[in-house]
Amino acid sequence: MHRYFDYNATTPVAPEVFEAMVPYFGIEYGNASSIHRFGQRAKAAVERGRAQLAALIHCEPAELVLTSGGTEADNMAILGTVGAARASGRANPHVITTTIEHPAILRTCQAIAKEGGAVTYVAVNPEGFVDPLEVKGALRPETVLISVMHANNEIGAVEPVEEIAAVAREAGVLFHTDAVQTTGKIPVDVAKMGADLLSLSAHKFYGPKGVGALYVRKGVHLRPIMFGGHDERDPRPGTTNVPGVVGIGAAAQLAAERLESEAARLGALRDRLEREILTRIEDAGVNGPRAGANNGRYLRVPNTTNIYFDYIEAESLVIALDLDGLACSTGAACAAGAIEPSHVLTALGLPAERARASIRLSLGRANSEADIDALVAGLERAVERLRALSPRTPGKKVVSC
Amino acid sequence: MRQEREELESRFAPGSQKSVVVGMSGGVDSSTAAALLREQNYSVVGLTMQLWDQRRMRDADPSAPESVEGRCCSSNDVYDARRVAEHLDFPFYVVNYERQFEEKVVRPFVDAYVAGRTPIPCTLCNNHVKFDTLLRTAREIGAERLATGHYARLEFDPARERYLLRRALDLTKDQSYFLFGLTQEQLSRTMFPLGSLHKEEVRELARKYRLPVAAKPESQEICFVPGNDYSRFVDTYREAYQGNPDGGEQGRAGEIVAPDGRVLGKHDGLHRFTVGQRKGLGIAVGQPLYVIALDRATRRVTVGDDSALRARTCFTRDNNWIAVESPCSGMRVEAKIRHKHVAAPATLFPDAELVRVEFDEPQRAITPGQAAVFYQGDVVVGGGWIEG
Repeated sequence: MHRYFDYNATTPVAPEVFEAMVPYFGIEYGNASSIHRFGQRAKAAVERGRAQLAALIHCEPAELVLTSGGTEADNMAILGTVGAARASGRANPHVITTTIEHPAILRTCQAIAKEGGAVTYVAVNPEGFVDPLEVKGALRPETVLISVMHANNEIGAVEPVEEIAAVAREAGVLFHTDAVQTTGKIPVDVAKMGADLLSLSAHKFYGPKGVGALYVRKGVHLRPIMFGGHDERDPRPGTTNVPGVVGIGAAAQLAAERLESEAARLGALRDRLEREILTRIEDAGVNGPRAGANNGRYLRVPNTTNIYFDYIEAESLVIALDLDGLACSTGAACAAGAIEPSHVLTALGLPAERARASIRLSLGRANSEADIDALVAGLERAVERLRALSPRTPGKKVVSC
Repeated sequence: MRQEREELESRFAPGSQKSVVVGMSGGVDSSTAAALLREQNYSVVGLTMQLWDQRRMRDADPSAPESVEGRCCSSNDVYDARRVAEHLDFPFYVVNYERQFEEKVVRPFVDAYVAGRTPIPCTLCNNHVKFDTLLRTAREIGAERLATGHYARLEFDPARERYLLRRALDLTKDQSYFLFGLTQEQLSRTMFPLGSLHKEEVRELARKYRLPVAAKPESQEICFVPGNDYSRFVDTYREAYQGNPDGGEQGRAGEIVAPDGRVLGKHDGLHRFTVGQRKGLGIAVGQPLYVIALDRATRRVTVGDDSALRARTCFTRDNNWIAVESPCSGMRVEAKIRHKHVAAPATLFPDAELVRVEFDEPQRAITPGQAAVFYQGDVVVGGGWIEG
């Protein structure tokens, strides 16, 4: 029996979501832009899905641009804002972001920098939090956008986005947040947040892969990054992924219904997991914030923990666990097999060896107390074996292979 | 085959005597080795090593030759290995050892050439990556041993209480020369399933097992050097990744001289030459001239005629002993001084940390940087790196 602890990488499509999507493959298969009845029925389903999603993040349906996922939404937010700034005469637009963003943000910013823009990467403290004052200090006359993720995918740290949005508003600069890891997990309210732009992705909250959205506050104009046929209401060309949008809507509805209870349940499971690991395994510790919440405000997404196990290689640990029927990861799925240790853990100030000895455990719907027990037992076994073989384990004779 | 396989326990059993990791390159040999082990009821996990990012050299030298398929680390090879693992139904992972490979194989490779030596990267990879890092990972994930597709034979000799490494049965494919550096500990955890098979038999088996790579051609390149243009690789790597310490090509240039010191010509880098080389000297004196020595300090390439190329003595350092714990003075062996050399009778005389090798007959082009591997019949006694 294979147990899954990598929900931050992806989630299964919930049965209810799948049921909702099925008709839109073969029965209601119209192109949502077509005039005829087939198209109209598809269109109606798309608008229902959009409305469900809008309800989850407390925005107007018209403020949602449906995309192929979080990465496209991130690209659209950054390239769209910078592009619009250039088009209106700003020669060297400046963007402020952080050192712990997802590569979809970082690589896009690097691309901007190569084409005459400028980017400032604000550092984080050892727990992974951004200081709004540092963001403020990075502002320049040329700044057009601040992009800070709502929560980090590797360590789960929830950033003070309301405060940062306020900094942006005061400076007359747009604020974007990558909320891919928070939407559907903790409350996301774009109005309360004060965000102008927000990215989200269905497959992180039991919706299908290949569909996401960018929230664009009414009045904000972005330069398009894709060109093609267009529908009046939707600035993003391309035939709408009808089953996908129906899916993201159904997933959003489900998430809204279960948000509080799941957050509490997973938080308790995650806390017990951490406690047991740290009690039973020596020379291990949590990377990032230890606390879950403070004054009713989330400091970490409730399902995530990132733990180092000194003296071993995380790559071997993940393989050993997988062979033992326990699936987890060393960090972001898209960086698997990379030569450099995690840029997030590095940004926290972890030495390279410890960054390479860290794994991410992210819980979800199907995880039970029994799963936690099995995971802890499996970790104990694997870590013990790895440490017995590791040349770095102190106080033991080096056992050659 | 599939039906039988389904009956077999396909779940990996960590710690069991029959649990093994197969190092898979995506080629016919390692794939067939894996198939054989599967058929023999071993609990198998396939690992492919990601050793070198080809893009690094492409970025630094955009017009360098493209890698042909069948090169370790190309995404095609990983894909092929993965397909074989799926076909044979065992778990498969890619492990990233780019750091270790660069430190233990690539950098020494470049440094050797610049110093006028001719390196053997495959042996360094065997000693420090395959049978070191990969072997450790295999143990870490619960395998008792590491198997590879090398053509060599391995057995435990209860009389000597040592693991013995022998040439493969197929002498045209024998790779024991590259394995002289393996220690008893490493050998105790290794398997070479192909050692008693001929290449043609291996291809037959690959076809019999319907392996996706059964018809894949062999590659003769050094795995990280596209087009085998090692001299270009050295130039590019030195400039792009070692801070250009020679000051570019100018700094690597030097003179070509006769044994008496007369200057005969110029060259633009010691690394373009290897002892015994005849082509590329750019000198015509009416008789064939060969590289007989490369001097790093003076950057001189000494050339001479065929007789100057022969010697009866060489010294080896960092010797590793397999069949014996250490050699006695006067030990008789057949010594190979390069992979394609025919082992020649010689006598060994340990000399402090070195070994003096006295060949019965003068040997042609004894090359510093290469290895001298000592055999007794088909048993590998040991070997060391040729000094000079």
